[in-house]
This record gives sequence, structure tokens and C-alpha cells, in this order.
Amino acid sequence: MTPLLEVRNLSKFYGARIGCADVSFNLYPGEVLGIVGESGSGKSTLLNCLAGHQPPDTGEVIFDTRVEGPRDTVRMSEPERRMLGRTDWAFVHQNPRDGLRMRISAGGNVGERLMAVGARHYGQIRDAAEDWLTRVEIDTGRMDDRPSAFSGGMQQRLQIARNLVTGPRLVFMDEPTGGLDVSVQARLLDLLRGLVRRMGLSAVIVTHDLAVVRLLADRLMVMKDGHVVETGLTDQVLDDPQHAYTQLLVSSVLQV
Amino acid sequence: MIEVENLSKSFTLHNQGSAVIKVLDGAAFRVGPGECVALTGESGAGKSTVMRILYGNYLAQGGRVSIGGVDLTRAAPREILALRRETLGYVSQFLRVVPRVPTLEVVAEPLLALGVEDDAAFVRARDLLTRLRIPETLWSLSPTTFSGGEQQRVNIARGFAHGYPALLLDEPTASLDATNRDTVLTLIEEAKAAGAAIVGIFHDAEARGRVADREVDVGRFTPVAA
Amino acid sequence: MISHYNFAYLDEQTKRMIRRAILKGVAVPGYQVPFASREMPMPYGWGTGGVQVSAACLTPGDTLKVIDQGADDTTNAVSIRKFFERTAGVAVTERTAEASIIQTRHRIPEVPLTEDQILVYQVPMPEPLRFLEPRESETRKMHALEEYGLMHVKLYEDIARHGEIATAYNYPVKVEDRYVMSPSPIPKFDNPKLESPALQLFGAGREQRIYALPPHTKAVSLDFEDYPFDPSRADHPCALCGATDSYLDEVITDDAGGRMFVCSDTDYCAGRRGEDAA
Ligand SMILES: Nc1ncnc2c1ncn2[C@@H]1O[C@H](COP(=O)(O)OP(=O)(O)O)[C@@H](O)[C@H]1O
Ligand SMILES: [Mg+2]
Ligand SMILES: [Zn+2]
Repeated sequence: MTPLLEVRNLSKFYGARIGCADVSFNLYPGEVLGIVGESGSGKSTLLNCLAGHQPPDTGEVIFDTRVEGPRDTVRMSEPERRMLGRTDWAFVHQNPRDGLRMRISAGGNVGERLMAVGARHYGQIRDAAEDWLTRVEIDTGRMDDRPSAFSGGMQQRLQIARNLVTGPRLVFMDEPTGGLDVSVQARLLDLLRGLVRRMGLSAVIVTHDLAVVRLLADRLMVMKDGHVVETGLTDQVLDDPQHAYTQLLVSSVLQV
Repeated sequence: MIEVENLSKSFTLHNQGSAVIKVLDGAAFRVGPGECVALTGESGAGKSTVMRILYGNYLAQGGRVSIGGVDLTRAAPREILALRRETLGYVSQFLRVVPRVPTLEVVAEPLLALGVEDDAAFVRARDLLTRLRIPETLWSLSPTTFSGGEQQRVNIARGFAHGYPALLLDEPTASLDATNRDTVLTLIEEAKAAGAAIVGIFHDAEARGRVADREVDVGRFTPVAA
Repeated sequence: MISHYNFAYLDEQTKRMIRRAILKGVAVPGYQVPFASREMPMPYGWGTGGVQVSAACLTPGDTLKVIDQGADDTTNAVSIRKFFERTAGVAVTERTAEASIIQTRHRIPEVPLTEDQILVYQVPMPEPLRFLEPRESETRKMHALEEYGLMHVKLYEDIARHGEIATAYNYPVKVEDRYVMSPSPIPKFDNPKLESPALQLFGAGREQRIYALPPHTKAVSLDFEDYPFDPSRADHPCALCGATDSYLDEVITDDAGGRMFVCSDTDYCAGRRGEDAA
């Protein structure tokens, strides 16, 4: 089976400082990979390099494209990479403000990706937006409201709808439940799980919250100081951690 | 179906002076199709640890664990996930579910994950919930608020939804009344008849006596203190 | 003509620089060409971009017309016309048909233009994507990569809010199936006239951009399949000339709130009434 994403020796430095170093992994279709580590461990840097938001210094990020098969997205032309960003890839930001257009209605936010790939029928765009708002449990009566009038949980669900409307195959998420109340988080996680299952999505989820990965991730990668210190099946890494740092993390000393 | 050879397991507590806790050494046993093996031993002997290693939840330090031809001590996470989806079922002592998911879906999920049609999966789920006497009024609710016994029966229904060729049961009859215990034991018998290889921990000797073909005393694998 | 100014005020080198930008704009229709906008003896917002483009195009034999929202007699139009009369000594006119160069703010004349004419637009904000994307680096990239989905988001918002595309001015067009372009704040009624035999040049002074529609260039107003572009017009005839095909302004006629609709193109209206506009 061809991996959907194959990452080889990816490194990113900020001057002499390590962002992330020598990261390699394969992600297969339908798999959810969790990346955990404390703040500053390089999770976001890695995610941004994977999603093409930041150029890595070395390494390859090979994505199995629909038409041409595996391609190194680091060396791909920018238009191609941006096209992936609008079609096969999705990116859910920690802060909905980074992933939503706050001055555009909820419906417009969901419709944008459709219009970006050429949808030109208002009625159909609206139907699709309505369908997606329903799927993420946002009252369609709020469709023409701006997200600035939404609660944090709703904004995050809107961001997810906006990202998934074009049927991406790979979703990047940076702390998708960060900053939300616990009950709101649970709802979001449940929703994400259902969507991942039903759409057969692959996902890379960065979080410092171990409960999140326990629920969502098939596999786990633990990062410390820019390096991957442990990888494995999620429940195995959490229940029988091998590395000193992971043990510390799991023993909840570093949680919260 | 299930082969365990020379299995050893220890825990190194890096943050507690690198203390090493040795749990298993030279564990070995086999379970054939249609057979049920009961793990016995005192509390703390390592029964659950063996179960968890068999499920890929704990890493072994040495030895080999082969289930359905997959060596769990060497398999990639992806292979273990596929094994868990298709071949290897596990009824843990406690139900762990995503909040808000209705009971019926919790039970049908292993089938849905295998790509079974919704209708067929839910028919099977309803059948199991009925047999395990979970009132129909509860099916649309999340089991998170259920009583301990109800949760355990939901857990069992879920574990038996798909006819796994290999099945791990950790105290499946604990906290059940006689009627429900009988149902669970019947389910185990049916699974055996269908050819499943089963490893179980049964606190209750009577239950063990009814379904287990053999016993393996895990105490035999306790490492000799150095 | 005041002799201590160079012809049409700007020095020859500046005019050459502007002409190069114009040529580039003509070569790439709808593409915004950066240029080094000069200080003009009038404030920004008074059409300094248009004035510089006109200055670079004018020759002594030209006849210039200047309109502001269709009218030749507003302060803005009059002062620009005077400026070129004094600095270039060119002939001026209020008759559309007689002009070889027409500088305009916010209208296209009603009388169809010809191959022999140049229409110069004063443009306050050349970037059609700016409302949606404030970063210049990003809008440039969007043009380069033809990422125009956002333009439709704006139209979508219009329909969602007003039941129709409510954008009535500065209605974006796609030029030759490539660049999305702001036609400057002309009424959308004028958009069909953007496909013209005349050369159309757009100058934005403060934003330092020049762009162009060469003669007979395709300029399609953006829309949705189920909400097609509609260059609607007020449902009245002109109160002065009776025209039913012209763009109308609403004018207040007295203190009692009396009002009437009249052609915004004063020359067109006068011509229909048989008056000599000049
Ligand atoms: N833009 C940056 N410039 C300099 N150092 C950075 C920058 N972004 C991250 N770092 C450093 O890189 C390391 C990894 O950070 P980050 O990727 O943000 O980790 P995480 O997402 O796990 O919190 C840290 O030492 C951090 O200070
Ligand atoms: Mg981070
Ligand atoms: Zn008139």
C-alpha cells in the first residue's frame, strides 16, 4: 500500500535553534497520527512544514497525489502546493480567527473553498454549505451570521466544515480543541471522530492534550526539543511509555 | 491461532531512579481455534499484563507473540490496527467510549469499522443488546451514565459484535448477575463453536469451569528475584 | 499655454516611464502595472493617476474631454480640463464624439466610443481583491495564480444578505478569461460598455498602478449561473430628454423634496434635446 504521506528526514532550524529535526514517518490512508509534546517542542513547526506553510531546511514531504501519484511537495511549484491546500489538504488552526474569515458569513466561509475550485452556482453552493453546517451541528438559521457572533466551539466547528467541504484526503490540525471548555471539546472530538471515520480521512493532529489523541489518533509521535523521542500505537505509547520523557508526560507531570 | 513463546516483560521507571520492575519471564502457551484458555494466578501475577501484550497495548521486552500469523512484538502499528479490526477482539474490564455516542453505535462500531453495511451492523447490535438485557430505551443514549453492570454488558456486546477469530476477555463476568453471566458464558460458547481462540481471565471458578478448556498459571512466569 | 511647463506638465522622461507602463498594461490586459506616480499640482483623490496617464497620451493635435460622474461642469472636471488647456494647450470639448481623449471619473459616456478614442479612468483603488484580502503580497499571488474564488465570495455575501448581487458600482470583471479587474467606481450599468473599440486606460495615482483594456478586449462581469449579471437601470425615462437607455441621476429639484431623474451624461442629454452643449 502506498502511504498517503511519506515524510523523510525533515528538519527546520530557526538560526541555531532547532524547530524540528530529522523527522520521518509514513501516514497511510485513513490513519490518524497524533503529535504530542509540551509547548515549544516543535509540533507546530513540524505541522507547518508538512502543510507547506513553512519551507523546511531539509527533507522531503511526499504526498500521494490523485493524478500523478507520490510527489515531493517541498519541491513542488507554489501554485501546485496552493492547489493542494485548497483541494486535497485541509488545515484546522488552533485559533479559529486564523482559519476563518471573520467578516464573511458562516455560509460564505464554507462556500469559499467550493468557489475557489470553480463552483459558480449560488444555489448549489448554499445547499452544500447548509449540509455542512448541519453536519457540524450549527443551526442553519445562523448561516448568514458572521463567525464573530459565534461561540468558540461553534467557530471551531465552522472551521472544520469550511475545510472539509471539498472532500480533502488529508487534514492537518493544530490544537483543534485548545482554548475550549471540556464539554465543548468532547462534542468537537466526537464530531471529528465521526467525520474521520465516515470520510475515510487521514489526519495529523498536533496537541498537548493526551485525552484528545487517545480518542482520535491511531498512532502517536512524541516530540521533545524538536526531536521525535517515541512513536507507536496510541494506546501502547500512553499505557506503556518507554521513553523517560513520555513517562513524565503520561504521569501528567507535564499535562495541563 | 495464538502462540506465545519465551515472552518477557519489565517496566523501567525512568523518572523513579530508573527502577526496573520485572513482570514476566519465559511465558509460553498456545491457544488453538475453538479453544478457551483461562489465565490464572494471584492478583499481581501479570494476567492483565499478558492480555495487554497479546492486544499490542503493552510492549514485550523479548519473545514472540503470534496471533493470526502476525508477530505482535515486531508488527508495525498499522498491522496491529488491522489485526484488531479484523482478527483480534478484546473485552477490557472497563468500557472506554467517546462521550455522546449512542449505545447502539458503540456496539455496532467494530462492524462499521470493517465496512459492514449500517443495516446489518445495527441488526447485530440490537440482537446482542437484547440478549444482554439492555433496555431498548437506553440504546439511543451514551453508555457513559449507565451503571457498572450495564456498561460491562455494553462492553461485551461490542466485543462480540464481530466474530473475531481470536478473542481476549478480561473478567467478562465480573459485576454481572446470574442471568446475565449465563448469557455471557453462552456467547463465549458460541464463539468457541464458531472457531474462535479465546484467552480469558475469569475470577469466578464456576464460569471458568464452564467455558475454559485449559488453565495457564501466569505465576509460573513470574521472574525469579535476582 | 504657460511656457515654463513642459508639454502637459510632466517632463519627457516621466511621460516615457508612464508610456512604458501603459504599453505593458496594453500587452497584458487587466494586469496592474506598478509605476512611479509623480506629485501633481492637485491632491490625490482628484484624479492624479488619470491625469498622469492623460498627460502621457496627449499630443498637441488632441481634443480633450473631461467628465466627472458624466458631467463636464463639476469643479473636478473643470479644473482638470483647465489644467491641460494651460499646460498642453490642447483643444477641449464637451462633445463625446469630438474628443480624441476623454478622462473620466466614475462613468463611461453613453455615446459609443470609436477606435480613434482613448478613455482614461481615474481609479481610487485598483485592487479588486483588497476588500477581502488586505495583504498586497497575498493579492499579487492570487492574481499570479488566478486564485479568484474570493471574488465570488463577495458576490455570494451580496446575495445572502440582499437576495441579489447588490454591488452596483465598481463591479468586477474578468478580462480575457485571465485577470480580474476593477473597472473603477463606474455603475454596473456601464460594465457592458467596457467591451469597446476604444482604448481604455486606468490610472491610480495614490496606489501607483496603471492597467488597460485594449480595443475589443473581452471583459466579463462576474456572476453566478443562477444569478446572472444584470446591468440594471432605474425604471424611468430621463425627465429632460426622455431617454430610456441612459444611466440616470436622481436630482433634488426644490426644498420641498421634489426630485427627478435625469441623464447622468450631460452631453448625451443635451445632444438629445438638440442643444449645443459646448
Ligand atoms: N518562528 C520561530 N523563531 C524562532 N524559534 C522558533 C520559532 N517557532 C518556534 N521556535 C522554536 O522552535 C521550537 C519548537 O517550537 P514549536 O514548533 O512552536 O513547538 P510546539 O508547537 O510543540 O509548541 C521551540 O524552541 C521554539 O521556541
Ligand atoms: Mg504549538
Ligand atoms: Zn436626458
